[in-house]
Amino acid sequence: MRVIAAGLLAFVLAGVAWAGSRAPVLDAPRGEKCVEDAATMRRSHMDFLRHQRDETVHRGIRGARHSLAGCVECHANAKDGAVLGSPSHFCQGCHAYAAVKLDCFECHASRTRAAQAGRPARSP
Amino acid sequence: MNPVDTSRRAFLGGTAAFAGVALAPGILLYEYAAAKAPGEAVSSAVRWGMLVDTTRCASGCTACVDACHSEHGVPKPARPTDAQWIRKVELKDLRTGAVRSAPVMCQHCAEPPCVDVCPTGASFKRADGIVLVDRHTCIGCRYCMMACPYKARSFVHEPTAGQKTDTPRGKGCVESCNLCVHRVDRGGTPACVEACADAGHRAIVFGDLNDPASEIAQRVRAATTTQLRADLRTDNGVRYLGL
Amino acid sequence: MSTRPAPAHRSPPAWPSGTAPRGFAALAAAGAAVLAVALGAAHYMEEHGHVVTGMGNQVVWGLPHVFALFLIVASSGALNVASVGSVFGEAAYKRRAPVSALLALALLAGGLMVLVLDLGRPERLVVAATHYNFRSIFAWNMILYNGFLAILVAYLWTNLERRFVPLSTPVGILAFVWRIVLTTGTGSIFGFLVSRQGYASGLVAPLFIAMSLAWGLAVFLLVQGALARWHDAPVPEAFRLRLRRLLGVFVATVAYLTAVLHLTNLYWAKQAAFERFILVDGAPYAWLFWAGWAGVGTAVPLVIAFHPRLAGPRATTIAALAVIAGAFAQLYVFIVGAQAFPLEIFPGYATSSAFRDGAVAPYVPSLPEALLGLGGIALAYLIVLAGARLFDVVPRGIDAPAADGGG
Ligand code: SF4
Ligand code: SF4
Repeated sequence: MRVIAAGLLAFVLAGVAWAGSRAPVLDAPRGEKCVEDAATMRRSHMDFLRHQRDETVHRGIRGARHSLAGCVECHANAKDGAVLGSPSHFCQGCHAYAAVKLDCFECHASRTRAAQAGRPARSP
Repeated sequence: MNPVDTSRRAFLGGTAAFAGVALAPGILLYEYAAAKAPGEAVSSAVRWGMLVDTTRCASGCTACVDACHSEHGVPKPARPTDAQWIRKVELKDLRTGAVRSAPVMCQHCAEPPCVDVCPTGASFKRADGIVLVDRHTCIGCRYCMMACPYKARSFVHEPTAGQKTDTPRGKGCVESCNLCVHRVDRGGTPACVEACADAGHRAIVFGDLNDPASEIAQRVRAATTTQLRADLRTDNGVRYLGL
Repeated sequence: MSTRPAPAHRSPPAWPSGTAPRGFAALAAAGAAVLAVALGAAHYMEEHGHVVTGMGNQVVWGLPHVFALFLIVASSGALNVASVGSVFGEAAYKRRAPVSALLALALLAGGLMVLVLDLGRPERLVVAATHYNFRSIFAWNMILYNGFLAILVAYLWTNLERRFVPLSTPVGILAFVWRIVLTTGTGSIFGFLVSRQGYASGLVAPLFIAMSLAWGLAVFLLVQGALARWHDAPVPEAFRLRLRRLLGVFVATVAYLTAVLHLTNLYWAKQAAFERFILVDGAPYAWLFWAGWAGVGTAVPLVIAFHPRLAGPRATTIAALAVIAGAFAQLYVFIVGAQAFPLEIFPGYATSSAFRDGAVAPYVPSLPEALLGLGGIALAYLIVLAGARLFDVVPRGIDAPAADGGG
């Protein structure tokens, strides 16, 4: 498993490097750094989220480091406060580029709390 | 497991204390102690419940229903396929003709039939007595809706839009009153309780049934309250007064 | 199923030259067309959500569940002929064990397909297969259904491959026990719903067993007749007459248990209002109960089964069709009627609300639901058709003890 995954990753990374010029231009996030370094996030954000979802749903742990709501708050588009909507919106852009199905937002809010409340989308 | 953002915690603690003051002045201190910090796991030392005082609930008032649905981003229900987390039921005593009005929502049963029947374990009861659906594992079989004695659950019949951050919801899963678990986890009070108080009725009391000093425990001790369909022995967390 | 047909057959070889049944392609195409339409309907339901069905938040299980329950319950009963053969060693039954098992397999597969495609999240079948709540009778049923499918495959194999024929009796006994448990489990899906007036009775599980015997045998009679014509291998008269009488006995048993169920419900004052709804004034339900179930589904087959002048094959076919029609009526009343009746949440109070508390819920099935249900029948039909084409399951020639393949 591991080996295959590593191989796949290398393959994907090589592809990314090759296609570097065509890599999507994504909305710039808020703040200086993410909850983990970028490489870790790229590789494992789904594992973090899956772990966190059980912690939150079943054990009531809120506001944790790896919460999906947290992703949205920082990575939303500065104007409309969303992570979906165009190829430059953070989640949609990257998932489209990597051709990975993104179904979190069939149920989860794809906009910041501020945007839902009709306030300016995001603090800068 | 990770450092909690303390400024935020202080802020939320502040709101909780405020709500506590507004609702139950005498017992603020204890309620504050019972509330957990957002980053802490729920514990079975607590059993959340609600007391509905039907003598205070106003016929025709739907403040709790409206507040619930806007809190959770549920569109105003109109058709039999629309989700309805809470509803106002108008009651008429068949013998005396006395009329009453009461909100009905998930009763947060201690022995929840919905949890017993759910094939995947998506329906579950948290340690603190709140009954929830884990939408990640709900397959939409609706067996829980067949089993619930209170018609408390709704199936999402259509694609959803405009979800709230704290209430993910989507087509094909079952949902119901979650006792505003996102507020409770941060030390707050359910939206319906707040709205009812704001409307001047104060017909719903929320609190920890296990805490002898809480307002709800005291009132449940002081007067005879009813659990709906007590014959089914589901031991509901929601109690009714004046039925 | 996993064996190649030709070399493994018992004698006589599958199709002595020139006797292979005709029209397979056309018959299969017709079934496949219905199945394709049903899959389209299911896809439509999944795209748009269940809002395109007649089901809502009060009637949460509707026509698809009527079809699925019929198929699943009939599946267990369809195995009856094989059981009589394996468990009681009756030669005439044993020769027809393969048809019986094939039919049971087909009906169960059809029923499960409908059940799964009606889920709000059918794509999460993996979740259903990996997360079990062992307190849920529904989860147990998943295990029972899958186990039954596996046992049926094994049973068919032991019947069709000569080397394994000696094993067919023990496997047949296992299948017999399994199917009784399975039907009890299916009945318990409802029997556990204590909060619903219509289901809270210990009689539900035995009633389901009786229904499975009657419905399964009715379907078996139809399929046996059709296969006999397709293969030009008439069913021996004596055998058909025995099954006809058996059908009468089963139908009478169902009628008896149903009567007891309703009478005991009437005895409990709490249930009287519900019984009145189902039996007297509930719009389509009382009508379906009396005309559909009692009239067509019970009286007609009983008369045919025991009237000496109605012993012909055509009358038997009519009796079987009547039992099936009655079964649908009975299930519709049992499943939909029981949900349409309002839950009693505040005993002693008249209730009203914007969520139809205290009111009878309307339910009008929509086209996609009906098509999905028919798809289950189409799948069962295709499986029987293909099975009968690939394997030597249809007995030909005279029933004689010597012609029996073994043990
Ligand atoms: S009221 Fe219904 S949904 Fe709520 S816990 Fe009880 S059975 Fe489950
Ligand atoms: S609809 Fe979902 S929550 Fe309800 S019983 Fe089925 S899987 Fe469980």
